[in-house]
Amino acid sequence: MRDELKKRVVKTPDGQELEIEPLRDYYCEAPPTVMPAAYSKIVEGLFNWARAESLWILGFGTGCGAIEMRPLMTPRFDAYRYGIQWRPTPRQANLFVISGYLSVKTLKRVIRSYEQMQNPKYVVGLGSCTINGGMYFDSYNTITRLDEYLPVDVYIAGCMPRPEALLSGFEELKRIIKSGKAEGANRYAENFDWYKANQKRVIQDWDMPDYNW
Amino acid sequence: MRQISMRELYEILKQIFPLGELTEQRSNLAFITVDRAQLRPLLLHLRDREGFTHLVLLTAVDWIEDGSFQLTYLLCDRLGQRDLGLRVMLPRDGAAMESIHDLWPTAATYQRELREMFGIAFPESPRVEEDFILEGWTGTPPYRRDFDTLKYSNETFAPRPGRETRDPEGYMKEQLYPDGN
Repeated sequence: MRDELKKRVVKTPDGQELEIEPLRDYYCEAPPTVMPAAYSKIVEGLFNWARAESLWILGFGTGCGAIEMRPLMTPRFDAYRYGIQWRPTPRQANLFVISGYLSVKTLKRVIRSYEQMQNPKYVVGLGSCTINGGMYFDSYNTITRLDEYLPVDVYIAGCMPRPEALLSGFEELKRIIKSGKAEGANRYAENFDWYKANQKRVIQDWDMPDYNW
Repeated sequence: MRQISMRELYEILKQIFPLGELTEQRSNLAFITVDRAQLRPLLLHLRDREGFTHLVLLTAVDWIEDGSFQLTYLLCDRLGQRDLGLRVMLPRDGAAMESIHDLWPTAATYQRELREMFGIAFPESPRVEEDFILEGWTGTPPYRRDFDTLKYSNETFAPRPGRETRDPEGYMKEQLYPDGN
């Protein structure tokens, strides 16, 4: 564990002595909980319609597939006309596109970002690498199966999928959300221990709290 | 002024240092095998006297059959537009090498990478023990050839069943000419 994450006593500029423990002080200590559906089916349907029509993607290019995002957001393919836009922070986003291969080092950042996103949230695995490792199936530092670590709603196959394939995948995701089956965040909360165990098995230096959202 | 060729440069250097063989790849790229003890004086000489002022890269090759690592120090002569590589062979067991970070500060980064990826120790190099790319790696350094990446990946990353790998040539033949012609 890095030195700055260890429990220690620091001196403030005005001479006060404070005991800090970064892994406890800065983060929440409660595991994520399952979000129940709305009280009535009609209301839940309305919510899901609204969610499906405003997919906000976290602008975090995790792999080479992030290159497909630029043509997607610029006028040629113009994903904004489908209510899809890119946001700079996890707190403002509800869709995480894992774009291509995911190295173990990036996986750690991805988990942090995913847990900081607000419910309801969706994950799209883009490219063969997220499905079964793709061309990096025998690499020492890229994961081969994304759904071991995060709940995935839709996979888009291809190496790389073209922007048309992505748009089609987003339409599929909208259909899933509207039918009320995009329960990834709840699956993550229900099987939280299983996901954490998988994550910790590959991330050797786990130096963050278990619940960091 | 006519620039001396790599062969001529080699002959000049050979009068000062004991050198191994010369491999000329192109007129402006050559490699010299040198002894470990000769490396530092030779690098200094090349940097200060012969105009090879830039360290392009420092990399390693794992010759597992010979039980040795080959370190390649590639130097560039900007004005002469030519490159010269120095090859040093190290024993593979307990591989360690003297640091050259005081000649080129960038070497410290390369040495950090080599320490992590090949497990070659560079004792005096600054920050060499810190993680470079891998985080918390404890096993065999992954660029060593006795590290089996497929085995490691299968054991660590829970591969999805159902993945088939076909020999492209045989598979295409089978698809295009099913009767074997």
